[in-house]
Amino acid sequence: MIPYNFDVFMPVVILLFVGVAMVVVALIAAKIFRPHNPNKIKNQEYECGENPIGVAWSVFNVRFYVIGLIFIIFDVESALMFPVVTVFRRMRDQGMGGVVLIEVLLFILILLAGFAYCWRRGDLDWVKSYKRPEGESK
Amino acid sequence: MEHTIVGYFLQFEIMKNLVEMASSTLGFNASSIIAFIIFLTASLILLLIAATIGGLGTFAERKISADMQMRPGPNRVGPYGIVQMVADFIKLFLKEDIVPVNADRFLFYIAPILAIVGVLGTFAVLPISSGLIISDLNVALFYAVGISSLVGLGIFLGGYASNSKWSMLGGMRGAAQIVSYEIPVILSMFTVILFAGGLSFGAILENQSGGPIGWYLFHNPFTFIAFFVYFIGILAETNRAPFDLPESESELVSGYNTEFTGMRYAFFALAEYMEVFVVAAFASALFLGGYKIPFNIGGDSLIGQVLQAGMFFTKVALIYYVVIWIRWTLPRMRVDNLMTLCWKYLTPIAFFNLIGSAVWIYYFGNKSMWNLIFS
Repeated sequence: MIPYNFDVFMPVVILLFVGVAMVVVALIAAKIFRPHNPNKIKNQEYECGENPIGVAWSVFNVRFYVIGLIFIIFDVESALMFPVVTVFRRMRDQGMGGVVLIEVLLFILILLAGFAYCWRRGDLDWVKSYKRPEGESK
Repeated sequence: MEHTIVGYFLQFEIMKNLVEMASSTLGFNASSIIAFIIFLTASLILLLIAATIGGLGTFAERKISADMQMRPGPNRVGPYGIVQMVADFIKLFLKEDIVPVNADRFLFYIAPILAIVGVLGTFAVLPISSGLIISDLNVALFYAVGISSLVGLGIFLGGYASNSKWSMLGGMRGAAQIVSYEIPVILSMFTVILFAGGLSFGAILENQSGGPIGWYLFHNPFTFIAFFVYFIGILAETNRAPFDLPESESELVSGYNTEFTGMRYAFFALAEYMEVFVVAAFASALFLGGYKIPFNIGGDSLIGQVLQAGMFFTKVALIYYVVIWIRWTLPRMRVDNLMTLCWKYLTPIAFFNLIGSAVWIYYFGNKSMWNLIFS
């Protein structure tokens, strides 16, 4: 007898729903009780008590962008590795371990080659050394 | 189906009788409705427990830090100050909600919700005991990694939407740090998944036993190293010291949550403490045998479940203590050291572990080093 015909993800959806509901209810309930008297100075963003200069949405350091790119490559790699590492033991028991092992090693080696290239190029260094051209004064 | 809380209840006759009674009253098969109600109740209870755990986390942090610095800590509200978290909650509940005038209002509103829902979502697959689990998905770890990345998104959006320079710096640092440390953490998980042969917590805990020899921590040298890589990684992913750069209070005011007040700030703080609990729970399930108790005392009965939950919470509390201990022991790292540690040390070590475990599996199968030594 199948006790109930839910999908296995149904409980997760219920839990997420309850979670969102709890958060929203707490926010709405707080809105009833809390005071609300804004003024111009209170609504400024905090800049150590001074009037803020400019906005924060400006050009930002490019190193974060490089880290993001490297991360995407590794994250896609890990998403692709999830199924392989899951079935690896089962495949070995069926006598196909060698094929999977070589596949995994090949995959990782290609990735590590890119990783070594990034490392060599200095993309993983947070602080890059600046070499001034000859003869330039400070 | 049996690896859920409803599956656990349905073993007992009384539940079957209840379902049959409801079916005959309503005139159709009521098992789904009963299951739905149980799931709803269990989710609600679990999430309330989760929020309490988050509150207890803040209390534990203050009390343990006070203990380490030889001062009393919070001791006014209730015995030993244990009701302090309720007082904190009421205070934050009644605080005015201030939105900066230049902020991106929509993102500002959803950022704390994203952060806390990302943590609450992982509670669905948390193996508290063999019966008390909302859903033992067959892709539990994949799901947990995916949904907990909402926390990083919430932190980044919180920093970005405030339109304050401190928040922006904190949010950017948080995003860079969380995504970077995700790699060694996932690769360390792979080391265990290779030996477990499944992504569900049922599969991961199946081969572990109550005693330390049966844990994946002492399964072979690679999982032993992987545990420490994982542990350092989770410290950084949950923004705990020495990796608390996104909210480093002495240099960035308060980092990504500078502009948040009242309940919105409370959600960020709660999300942080609950996430420490969740990752500590995953560490205990992956490497330290989770809820398994020696000789499986109690079995499937209710007493067994209570013992298992006790075991689980003991292990998690120990890991939690170590996390707090580290916070009050080590100074904060510099941001370039942080990135160097992740990319130049932890990631290569994690790759070495992964390759090593794959080769181990190929030669020895699922045998642990104890099997090899004593056979």
